[in-house]
Amino acid sequence: MKNVTDIRADFPILSRKVYGKPLVYFDNGATTQKPQCVLDAVDKVYKEYNGNIHRGVHYLSDMSSEAYEAARENVRSFINAEKREEVIFTSGTTGSINGIAFSYGERYVKAGDEIILSRLEHHANIVPWQMMCERKGAVLRVIPINEKGEIVLDEYYKLLSPRTRLVSVAQASNALGTILPLNEIISAAHSANVPVLIDGAQGIQHGIVDLKEMDCDFYAFSGHKIYGPNGIGVLYGKEKWLAEIPPFQGGGDMVDKVTFEKTTYNELPFKFEAGTMNYPAAVGLASAIDYVLSIGRDYIASLENELLSYANERLSAIKDLTIYGRSEHKIPTFSFHIKDIHQYDTGMILDKMGIAVRTGTHCAQPVMDHYGIDGTVRASLCFYNTKDEIDALADGIEKVKTMLV
Amino acid sequence: MTISEVQNNIIEEFSFSDDWMDKYNLLIDIGKDMPVIDPKYKVKDFLIEGCQSKVWLHPVYDGKLISFTADSDAIITRGIVALLIKVLSNRSPEEIIATDLYFIDKIGLRQNLSPTRSNGLLSMVRQMKLYAMAFQASKK
Repeated sequence: MKNVTDIRADFPILSRKVYGKPLVYFDNGATTQKPQCVLDAVDKVYKEYNGNIHRGVHYLSDMSSEAYEAARENVRSFINAEKREEVIFTSGTTGSINGIAFSYGERYVKAGDEIILSRLEHHANIVPWQMMCERKGAVLRVIPINEKGEIVLDEYYKLLSPRTRLVSVAQASNALGTILPLNEIISAAHSANVPVLIDGAQGIQHGIVDLKEMDCDFYAFSGHKIYGPNGIGVLYGKEKWLAEIPPFQGGGDMVDKVTFEKTTYNELPFKFEAGTMNYPAAVGLASAIDYVLSIGRDYIASLENELLSYANERLSAIKDLTIYGRSEHKIPTFSFHIKDIHQYDTGMILDKMGIAVRTGTHCAQPVMDHYGIDGTVRASLCFYNTKDEIDALADGIEKVKTMLV
Repeated sequence: MTISEVQNNIIEEFSFSDDWMDKYNLLIDIGKDMPVIDPKYKVKDFLIEGCQSKVWLHPVYDGKLISFTADSDAIITRGIVALLIKVLSNRSPEEIIATDLYFIDKIGLRQNLSPTRSNGLLSMVRQMKLYAMAFQASKK
């Protein structure tokens, strides 16, 4: 097993300083840093075999196409999807959810139908459904949360009805860190013949995602949150759904035959990949996946669990600090507020100590409304973080308090 | 003092230390010393909403000069608001419209005025200039 010093050496940016202080990067929920192998993989595409995929007869195009399809296979195996046809590349989680909200809505949703979300959702898993509901005259139903920031399953069961067309929930809350009870959510929906989309943006990097076992109908995640490049994401869908729903974008490569009278679509997965895809980033994502596998997903989870409990202990001990999201099942993400201190001030001062956190509503305003607050400071950790960094955060918070109270 | 002189004084005041904590402590003190806004103006009409922190700004025009009072719910934002008021309050609309706020950059707070920062400060500068333009127009 690689120790954390060696792991950190794989990520060039982690050794830099900001404002003359060692960087403490606690904004992994927003985006993660990239190991050297990912940077090299993307670099290599551009330096050695860049050519547009699926189109050319020439050598470079062939090589790029091959690398792109190998990346698809890599993702398929990583998430344990049944078939490569079920793995569609997108621009990211937001792109994936918008696509499904449109296509699924076009095919299956009518006036008066209902879509179930939870109160924990990121705006990216709220707004696309709202837009679709407005178009179709459908209605959103929202699973409430308790004080610990967990969804209330009994209320969810009550929301499931013959009008429910789809359930779309996060694997883990980006704002609070709560891990949702996906087994219960998915099996109840399936008993009611309702498909489920899982927003895996905050889930896939923190443990093993096995879609055959999870049995969700759609799964979305972003490459840049699992140490891969920005601008690439994945939409997984069970073939039976993907075959039925229309494409969400039209353009080159997604077609079979085009005439001005009628166009027929290409087979899966290309039907959903219109235009030039971000194949260099797909190759980078495949490299990130290889990297994660080389470190070991169980090992990553165990490192993160240690960080989770240590950070919990350190932050809980700070006087006048409230942690929002107290579920026992959490990713290492901490949303907190210091009494009488604006989160923006805390974030600004921590920044000048070299500590990168996020402040505000974290694109999850309904969560903030639930607690009656206008924002929090969020420290989102991942396996390359250290206990020393958690100490630096705790000390930094004490310093903020002496400066501002 | 001219607007440039006030700006130069602020730059001078902030040059005492290279340590960010010292600069922020000064900013916090400046914010605390800012004359308070009448609570009746801390309402939606005078709110400049940023995604991160709120700023309230109230102008008074006496036919010659515009004076501003303001506040923010975040202390560091409040400090920067206080600096903006030092520079732009009790000035003619013409001066306010024409002013180039170079001090922000010089004291290292430019990032606070970037469009992605969403702390209400950029909108506050815009709003101060908009008030100046409106008062200038009302004079004619």
